[in-house]
Amino acid sequence: MEKLLEILREIQPDADYETCTTLVTDNYLDSLAILSLVAELEEEFDIEIPTVEIVPANFNSAQSMWEMIQRLEEE
Amino acid sequence: MTYQEPIFLLVFLPAVLLVYHLMPQKHRWKVLLAASYVFFWSISGKMLIFLLLSTFSIHHFGLWIDTIRQDEDAVIKAAEKPERKALREKKKHRMRRVLALGIVLHIGLLLCLKYINFFGTNVNLLLGALGGPGLFPTFQWVLPIGISFYTMQAVSYLVDVYRGTAPADRSLGRLALYMGFFPQLMEGPICRYSQTAEALYEGRPILYANLTSGIQRILYGLFKKMVIADRLNLGVNTIFDKYPMHGGGVIFLGMLAYTCQLYMDFSGIMDVVMGMGEIFGIKLPENFRRPFFSKSISEFWTRWHITLGAWFRDYIYYPLSLSGPLKKLTTNGRKHLGNHFGPLMAGSIALFCVWFSNGLWHGAAWSYLFFGMYHFVLILLANLTEPFTRKVLEWLHIPRESFGYRVFRIVRTSLLVCVGELFFRANGLRAGVRMFRTMVTDFSIPTLKELQLGLDRFDVLIVVVAVLVVFIISILQEKEIPLRQTVSKTPVVVRWAVYYAAILAIIFFGAYGVGYVPVEPMYAGF
Repeated sequence: MEKLLEILREIQPDADYETCTTLVTDNYLDSLAILSLVAELEEEFDIEIPTVEIVPANFNSAQSMWEMIQRLEEE
Repeated sequence: MTYQEPIFLLVFLPAVLLVYHLMPQKHRWKVLLAASYVFFWSISGKMLIFLLLSTFSIHHFGLWIDTIRQDEDAVIKAAEKPERKALREKKKHRMRRVLALGIVLHIGLLLCLKYINFFGTNVNLLLGALGGPGLFPTFQWVLPIGISFYTMQAVSYLVDVYRGTAPADRSLGRLALYMGFFPQLMEGPICRYSQTAEALYEGRPILYANLTSGIQRILYGLFKKMVIADRLNLGVNTIFDKYPMHGGGVIFLGMLAYTCQLYMDFSGIMDVVMGMGEIFGIKLPENFRRPFFSKSISEFWTRWHITLGAWFRDYIYYPLSLSGPLKKLTTNGRKHLGNHFGPLMAGSIALFCVWFSNGLWHGAAWSYLFFGMYHFVLILLANLTEPFTRKVLEWLHIPRESFGYRVFRIVRTSLLVCVGELFFRANGLRAGVRMFRTMVTDFSIPTLKELQLGLDRFDVLIVVVAVLVVFIISILQEKEIPLRQTVSKTPVVVRWAVYYAAILAIIFFGAYGVGYVPVEPMYAGF
């Protein structure tokens, strides 16, 4: 989780990742940030994030991203 | 027969509802399917064959993809762990080949029917300019109604089956209804299989609450379409068809009037469609969310024709921008150009493809391509200048969320959208450029007579009042005040007074009959 927070803070330093649950809905993470994020997460965690996973529910909070990463790591 | 015509609203729809209601639940989907094909036949006649072909085709391709998945899964399960990764790749590769064939067939048919004359004419023009003879003949055929909409649904179904987010449907009837449900045939919304297929097939009972709520929505849609959009039609046509006779001020007015007409027409018909869905107990995906409250062009396209934008996002933008080479470009870009500009290159390539397709989707004409490219450039510019804008705002001490700055952004976005719509409506790209030039270089304040757009005072008054009504309702919706529920909870006398007022407003103030030209739903032509 620490590594994820580090990546997020590097891509978009303006959001509070501990509490925010509307990162996509409130536009903290726009489509360009999502592109960077997906590329970084895939490289860091050695996972493949398929297009079907690119939905606001998976990126709205650090927690939901972490859950997605863990799920994809198991697959 | 279109959605706002009395024969549809007072004969066809009630007849379908009655038969649907009387039919046992397990056979209700057949009523909907039969009604859908009768409706399609009444508009497009023998062109129904194309809808049927598409339906049979995606049924077959869906099952084909699923068979490969099951066969390969069995092999993977039996294989040793180290071999599984390679086998998974093989499965993906085989499924992808079938998917590609299915997509090429569907998009190919759409391209053939919709764009072949555009392509042929332009190649002939080019050859003519080079002194050669024209090579391509032009074909006289009528497009099947709704082909651009149901082809998108067909492709989304195939991709979803491939991705595993939709099951390969064994029931041809369920798939046929998903493709052809009559309320959404003409103008969408473009639905995903998981959003509507099951609910349509279920044959849900018609409940009183759904019936009244659906009628409420239909009435609001008819109000927007018949009282505002159809009334503006005459004035808009006068300006756009005879634009050389008008000064910049009148053209500016025509541009605003056309944007208003298009919004009221398309969103009005969508309200009618949503209302019909509600009556059958189906929640169709919304296509509009008060787009003229958007603060940027990107936001506008998440509020206007939402299902089309979502389709392009899910099936073109993300798959392209997250494909191998573009992903590499993003990673390298970030290393050298930072967080903002790094992913911009890959994002922009995908964005270009989206807007090129979006423009072309609207029709085979240069003005539509220009319309797409116009939005691409606006979004690209906004992305490029974002860090600069942020710095300027900080320097001027203007909070981004302050009321004044929000209003400025809303007005700026709306004006930019209106300019795009000017090119969209103009009779060809050349006319669009001339109109825009006149508007910028020869702007004069329109006289009182010109302000009337060729409409009489009564028409102008009705349009102004009706637009104000829609504007107030939109503000309340924007503030998330549950207006419809509030009306539903009022005492029966008040509630029915509101309903009757809406019905009477449409009957008395609707632009139909002597002096008015019937206007087909504008997006049905796409």
